[in-house]
Amino acid sequence: MKKLTGAEIIWECLLREGVDVVFGYPGGAILPAYDAMTKYPQIHHVLVRHEQGATHMADGYARASGKVGVAIATSGPGATNMVTGIATAMMDSSPIVCITGQVGSKAIGTDAFQETDVTGVTLPVTKHNYLVTRPGDIARAIREAFYIAKSGRPGPVLVDITKDAQQLTAEFDWEGAAPKLPGYRPDLRALPSEYEKAVELINSAQRPVILAGQGIIKSGTTAQVLELADAARIPIAVTLLGLGGIPASSPLNLGMMGMHGEAWVNQAIQQADLLIALGMRFDDRVTGNLKTYAPHAKKIHVEIDPSEVNKNVHVDVALIGDLRDVLGEVLPKVKTNDRAVWWAKIAEMKGDSAVRDIQSLPDNGHLYAAHVINDLWRLTKDRDTIVVTDVGQHQMWEAQYYHHDQPRSLITSGGLGTMGFALPAAIGAKFACPEKDVWVVVGDGGFQMTMPELATAKQEKIKVNVAIINNQFLGMVRQWQEFFYDKRYAATPLTSPDFVKLAEAFGLKGVRVEKRGEVAPAVKETLKHDGTVVIDFTVEKEDTVFPMVPAGADLDKMIRRPKRDVMLEAGDDKEWEMPSSTLPNVFAEAKAEAAALAGANGKSARATAAKPAKKPNRAAAPQRAAKAAPKRAKPSRR
Amino acid sequence: MAKHTLIAYVEDVPGVLNRIASLFRRRNFNIESLTVGRAEQPGVSRLTVVVEASEHGARLVEANLYKLVNVLRVDDLTHKAALTRELGLVKVTVTPQTRSQVLQLADVFRARVVDVDEESLVIEVTGTPEKIGKFEMVLRPYGILEIVRTGAVAMARGHDKLSANPPLVRAEVAATRDHHPDASGLAMSV
Repeated sequence: MKKLTGAEIIWECLLREGVDVVFGYPGGAILPAYDAMTKYPQIHHVLVRHEQGATHMADGYARASGKVGVAIATSGPGATNMVTGIATAMMDSSPIVCITGQVGSKAIGTDAFQETDVTGVTLPVTKHNYLVTRPGDIARAIREAFYIAKSGRPGPVLVDITKDAQQLTAEFDWEGAAPKLPGYRPDLRALPSEYEKAVELINSAQRPVILAGQGIIKSGTTAQVLELADAARIPIAVTLLGLGGIPASSPLNLGMMGMHGEAWVNQAIQQADLLIALGMRFDDRVTGNLKTYAPHAKKIHVEIDPSEVNKNVHVDVALIGDLRDVLGEVLPKVKTNDRAVWWAKIAEMKGDSAVRDIQSLPDNGHLYAAHVINDLWRLTKDRDTIVVTDVGQHQMWEAQYYHHDQPRSLITSGGLGTMGFALPAAIGAKFACPEKDVWVVVGDGGFQMTMPELATAKQEKIKVNVAIINNQFLGMVRQWQEFFYDKRYAATPLTSPDFVKLAEAFGLKGVRVEKRGEVAPAVKETLKHDGTVVIDFTVEKEDTVFPMVPAGADLDKMIRRPKRDVMLEAGDDKEWEMPSSTLPNVFAEAKAEAAALAGANGKSARATAAKPAKKPNRAAAPQRAAKAAPKRAKPSRR
Repeated sequence: MAKHTLIAYVEDVPGVLNRIASLFRRRNFNIESLTVGRAEQPGVSRLTVVVEASEHGARLVEANLYKLVNVLRVDDLTHKAALTRELGLVKVTVTPQTRSQVLQLADVFRARVVDVDEESLVIEVTGTPEKIGKFEMVLRPYGILEIVRTGAVAMARGHDKLSANPPLVRAEVAATRDHHPDASGLAMSV
């Protein structure tokens, strides 16, 4: 058996786990590992500019490829800088392995230079973690880390290795280091009786909706879910992280649900008599008010992690297990059904909103983010493209106006909502899929959190296309201030550097776009260019993401798109309606909206639009209606 | 909300107690008591955790415990025939006048006097947490100087085979067994 140093064992293990690229930043406590790296040229090391970037890159790599991403950092500050990226991966179930150096085992607990209790700090944000103090334990820790990271519900695992463990030698026994995890159960399966109950519920449902989450992408079951939905004619609503898991172009796909989902999708959920949740976890951003969530619906929850079941929403049947296995059991027993009445009702709820195409709206001289993203989609949809978004308004506009047809074509921080995620995650995604185009859609705020990673892109000579949606505001926070804090814009206006010159300073190409007509040429030019390009889209400053469910409000009580859409008619201040009823007012609202759109004169149509929606419901439940409307929110009419 | 007594078998590795404690804090579960000791197998520790939780909350606690990589098995003894015991040491002030009364009370509770000096007694009492609470109550008027309790340890009665699977994937426990408080334990003592 070979005797190797602990540092060499680290790389031997990574090689055997099939790792070809790692993202990292050297430092004192991890130096032995970096020194040994020179003997392993098969593994490419990407030098990041901040350890947070390393974890996001590993995360982006993992999400784009389905493999485990690896990030490396030193002890103390190196490791604590990773925490944000680890928590991001944890919330979105992304398989990454982080390897950190630690001070010598004798120095642990002495507050030595760059010492931090990293396993303690990362304990609540990792799936599992290890502190390794002996070279002989490294192989087993790393093997188990990879196994835990990718099996069951994936997640981040951290391996903290002391400097002396890296320096000392031990016998390297790969076979003998096979995972021994008697308490780890990644492959649970539901009882047969549960499948029977689920099938019965599906076959007897009149108004079922499938809630499609990221689990579909992770388990690669797009085809099976579509088969189920097609056989039983069940409409599918998608979560933010589930986008791409179900092709946007599928007629079975209603669209995104939740806070910024389409109104008809949320209404379909609220009126459903059965929800079939596939690999999603009923996050508060998709349920709204839990007390009024899908009140008529029985719920089937297909989930690999038993601790997610009954956490937020009580379910009638829980099918624990891998989605592929569960669908395999359920599919043959589902009866075909056309559910024509339900589909007709959904079509009615969609009303005119579904056919409105923002592309056909006239150019009024303003540049709106929605247009930028929609144009970007039209120009890139025939290419193999991955879009990586940051967090905020642009993220929601991307979700609404970029129509993803492929799994793993959208990478975004959903659970933790980490600003600064996009650029590094995109670099990671590009390493996973060098043959694909990678676009970063990022706000001016989030971009400035991790923009030094442009230097990483430059040094690595890779091409990511950065579309900055620059509205000179922390836009989503500004939107909340507009809605719920009487437009007091505390700390949201943002002065940015000249992004074009900035790109040039990094040795990259920068382009500025200020008019709608310039979008297409800029995108085409970017696609032609060899290296990374930064496009600064200077968009309308106080634009708003519609529709919106205010936090904690009922899911179908949305702030709808303005009656006179800002994109339809310029020059007018935005007008929107705060929902005030607790009862579904789908039809009243749809009618009013249609009337408002049809009416040539905005004002009279607007007046009628507001009334019928509110009156009947006020009479029905006056005190609850008052409660549902956030106090500070007042429609701003000027 | 009710008290739930959970038993967890965990791998005896560094940091495992930290993981359990961190889980309870992070998920906002309220620990009433937690004890750890060796189990019958080498390398395995046995925890008894008493939590204040609804039935639904208890299932979540259980599922979350199973999610920890080092946790081998969890049993909820709340609805099973089980023995729950705790040990308490009570240091109580005595005077020549009250000494015999205190000794008498200790006798009633089947407690043992383990230390005597001119002004105080240390009494060791075992039983259910309720019994120890009651013992503390009756001694309070005499002046308690110090009290220490170990926290509850519990064990199922009989030899039922218990499931080693998390909730939702194990078969329901046969029929609906009555809530089985530790009645015989109480009868034996007070």
